[in-house]
Amino acid sequence: MAYTLTVNGTTHEVDLPGEVPLLWVLRDQLNLTGTKYGCGVASCGACTVQVDGQAQRSCVLRLEDVDGEVTTIEGLGQPDTLHALQQAWIDHQVPQCGYCQSGQIMQAASLLAELPSPSDEDIDNAMAGNLCRCGTYPRIRAAIKSVAEGV
Amino acid sequence: MASAGKILRRTFLIGTAVVVGGAAFGAWVVAKPAPNPLKPAEGETALNPFVVIDGEGITLVSPRAEMGQGTETTWAALIAEELDVTLDQVRIIHGPPAKAYYNHALVGEAMAGYDASSIERSMGELMGHLGKVFSMQVTGGSTAMKDGFERMRVVGAATREMLVAAAAKRLDVSAAELVTDKGHVIAPDGTKIAYTALAEDAAEMEPPRVELRQPEEWKILGTKFRRTDIPAKSTGTATFAIDTRLPGQRFAALRLSPTRAGIKSFDAFEVSRMPGVEKVVDLGDGLAVVANNTWIAQRAVNEIPVTWEDAAYLPSDAAISEALEAGFELAADSMLRDDGDVSTLPMGTDRIEAEYSVPFLAHATMEPQSANAWFDGGKLKVWTGSQMPTFALRVAAEEAGLDEADVEFNVTYLGGGFGRRGEVDFTRYATRIAKEMPGTPVLLTYSREEDMTHDFYRPAAKARFAGAVKDGKAVMLDAQVSSAPVIGPALDRAAGFSPGGPDAAITEGTANQPYAIPNYRARGYAVPDLPPVGFWRSVGNSLNGFFMESFMDEMAVAAGIDPLQFRMDLTRDEFLPAWEVLNTVKQMSGWTGETPDGVGRGVAMCYSFGTPVAMVIEVADQDGAVKITKAWIAADPGVALNPDNIKAQLVGAMVYGLSAAISEEITFADGAVQQKNFPDYEPLRITQMPETKVSILEVQDHLGGIGEVATPPAAPALANALYDLRGERYRSLPLKKHVDFKI
Repeated sequence: MAYTLTVNGTTHEVDLPGEVPLLWVLRDQLNLTGTKYGCGVASCGACTVQVDGQAQRSCVLRLEDVDGEVTTIEGLGQPDTLHALQQAWIDHQVPQCGYCQSGQIMQAASLLAELPSPSDEDIDNAMAGNLCRCGTYPRIRAAIKSVAEGV
Repeated sequence: MASAGKILRRTFLIGTAVVVGGAAFGAWVVAKPAPNPLKPAEGETALNPFVVIDGEGITLVSPRAEMGQGTETTWAALIAEELDVTLDQVRIIHGPPAKAYYNHALVGEAMAGYDASSIERSMGELMGHLGKVFSMQVTGGSTAMKDGFERMRVVGAATREMLVAAAAKRLDVSAAELVTDKGHVIAPDGTKIAYTALAEDAAEMEPPRVELRQPEEWKILGTKFRRTDIPAKSTGTATFAIDTRLPGQRFAALRLSPTRAGIKSFDAFEVSRMPGVEKVVDLGDGLAVVANNTWIAQRAVNEIPVTWEDAAYLPSDAAISEALEAGFELAADSMLRDDGDVSTLPMGTDRIEAEYSVPFLAHATMEPQSANAWFDGGKLKVWTGSQMPTFALRVAAEEAGLDEADVEFNVTYLGGGFGRRGEVDFTRYATRIAKEMPGTPVLLTYSREEDMTHDFYRPAAKARFAGAVKDGKAVMLDAQVSSAPVIGPALDRAAGFSPGGPDAAITEGTANQPYAIPNYRARGYAVPDLPPVGFWRSVGNSLNGFFMESFMDEMAVAAGIDPLQFRMDLTRDEFLPAWEVLNTVKQMSGWTGETPDGVGRGVAMCYSFGTPVAMVIEVADQDGAVKITKAWIAADPGVALNPDNIKAQLVGAMVYGLSAAISEEITFADGAVQQKNFPDYEPLRITQMPETKVSILEVQDHLGGIGEVATPPAAPALANALYDLRGERYRSLPLKKHVDFKI
C-alpha cells in the first residue's frame, strides 16, 4: 500500500511495504542520499533525521510508524543557504571522510533546538550515539559550542 | 649514520624488487613520460595530466583517494602554489585511473629509514619509478604528499611558465617582464590576460626547466587553508559511492560465506518471489539479491536457505593462537635489524623478557563497502571509493571480460578508507552482479554485518621481547614477532602479483626505531593459514608500536629511569627529530615523572612513514573505572603543508588507535567472525574523547607522512599510563579485558 510522507516540506506518495525503514525510503526511493546508512541497528547515528524536530534513527523507524514531518540534512540547509551549524562545521573544518557528519549535524540541531546553551556534558551526552571513525569529536564539540554561544 | 649492515639489508630489499620488475623493464621504459589520460573536450586544453584549462576555468587533477585525510585539497594546493591560482578559483577532480598518476613514493619509501644516506635516498628515488612500471596508483602508506611535493610544484611552475611564454608572444614582450597572480598573466602596463584565454597557445610551448619557490615565498602551503570538500560534507551533498544514482537504478545486497568458502547448496525459490526482488545471483562464495530497495535486498538475501563449505584457514581463536606460538619455531621470515650481538647478555646485566599479543581488527569504515556498476554487454562503468583504482579497474575488466579501455572507472569520495578500500572485493562483486543485469545499473552495498565479517583484518600477532639495561640505558634488544604476512597477499588480491621476499610489515615499528641500542635485532615470523589480513591504518606499526613501546617502558622501569627521559637519552644522538618530539610533549604536558594518586601518565614515541611522533596520555581513576582525560601529541613531518589539517589527522589517527587499544577485537569460531556490528565492536565515542593538544615540528629535513603516524603510539601510551596508574603491566589488547573504562 502507499504511504504519504512529508520530507523537507514536500509530500510524497511512497509505494513500499510499511516495514521498510525510513532510511531506505529516503535513500533509494526519494534519492535523498545525504542521510547515511552505517549500521542498521541504531548504534552509529549516521542515519539521524528529525521527525517534528526530534532526532530519530531512521534506520530503525519503519515507514508505517513515521508520524510527523521529516527533516533531513538536505532540508536543514543547502550549500548556498547554510544552517548555522553547517556554517560552524565549515568554519571549524570538522569533517574528515565526512560520512557520519549528516547524522552528527542533525543530532546537534536537535540538541540546540531543545537546549540553546548546552553544557559540555550536555553536548557529550547528546552526541554519544553518533560514531565518527575519523575522530572528529573535538571539532564537533567546538562547532556546536560556537553556535550555542553565538560566537 | 647508517651501518654497513643496514645498507646491506636495504640492498637486499632492492634486489628483491628488481627481480619483481624483471629485466624486461629497461630504464627507457621508466624514463618515458606516461601517456596523458585526460581526453579534453572541444575547447579544453590539457596542459599536462594534472592541469586542464578551458574557456570557463581551470581544473586541477588530484588523483589520490579523498578519504578524509585532505589529500584532494593539499595535492591541488601544491600545483596552485606555483601556478599562481587560488583554490577557490579552480575545480578539483580525481581523474581517471591512469599510469600517469602512479605513486612514486610508495615503493621508494620502503627503502629509506630515519638514518638513510643521500645515496640510499636516491636509490629510493630510482625505486619509485617501479610504481610507474606497475601503474601503482595507490593512496596508502602515508605517501601522497611525499610523492606529490616536488612533482606537483614542478607541474604548477612549468604550466605557469608555459602560460607566461604564450602571453609574452602575444604581447610581444619578454617573458621576464611578466608576472602572474590569481590566474592571470600581468604585463608591466597593467594589461591582464586570464589563463583561460592563454591555454590553447600555451599548449604549443615547450615545458621549460623551472626553479621552485622557497617556502618563505609560499602563499597557500604552510597556511591554514580550507579543505575544498568540506562544504559538501557539511550539507549532505558530497557523493560517496553509496550515494551514486543512475537512471533505472537497482540495489543489491550480498551474503558472503561466513567461512569465506564455497556454497554447498542453496534454494532461492521463495526469495525470488518476494515483492521487490528482481534477481538472485550466485557469486560462488556467496549470494546476492537485486531489488528495488537496498533493505528489501538485504532482508531477502538473508532469508535464503544455504549451507556453506568449511573455512580453508584456521577456524578458531585457539587454533590461531597456537599457530602464532608455533610461528616462533619457524625459520625467520625477516631479520630487518641485526646490530651488534644479542646472543650474549652484556656484562653485568639481567635479561628482561616480556610477551605481548594483539588481536585481529576490522577497519569498520563508516561507509560500508559499496560500488555501483553498469554493464551493457560491451562496456562497463563503475563508481566506487578506491585507494587502488588502477588495480580495481583491472579486476573490473577481468570480471566483465572486457578490455580495460572499455571500462570507465570513477573514484568517488571514500566514507573512510584506513586501508580497507585498497581491496578490490566490492568492485569484483559489483561487476559480477551487474553482469547478470545487463543494461541496469546496480548499486551494491555491504550490510554492516557483511562488512565486518568479511574484512581483510589487521593481523593478530604475538611478540617475544628480550632486553637488557645498563647505566640507565638499553644495551640490548632482541625482538621477535609472529604474525601473518600482509603485503604479499594484499598485493596479490589487488594487482595479481606479489613481490615475494620478506614481509617488512611484520616487524615495521620494531625493527626501524631510532633508538641507539648497540645490540639490536628484530626478527619476523610469517605464519601461514591465518584468516585474510590486509592494510590497516599504519599496517605493521599498529602492532609493533604497542610491542616496542610497551617494552621500552618495561626497560625504563628496570633501569630505574623516568620513561620519557629513557627515550630521550636513546634518541638524542641517533635521530634528533625523535628527541625533539619527545622533548616537546615533555614541555607541553608539564611532565615531571610524578603523578598524584588516582592519575596516571604514559608516553610513547613511534617513528613511522618517515615521521616521528611522541604522545603522552593521562588517565584518571573515576570510581574504579578509567577515564582518558588528556592527550598531548607532537609530530615532525619535516614540512607542514597544511597545519590545520595535520592537526586533525594526528588527533583522528590517535582516536583510531585508542579505539583499538580499548575495545576492538575480531575473534573466530567455526571459521566465522563473531563480531557483526558496532555493538560488538565499539569504537571510541565522544564521551570518551580526551582533551587533546597537538604540536607540529619542522626540524627534520625530509617530508614525512601524516595520515597514519599517530595511530601506533596510542595503544602503548595508554597501556603505559595504566601501568603508572595501577602498577600493572597489561601486555595484551584490547585493554578492556584488564580494566573497566568509562563509557
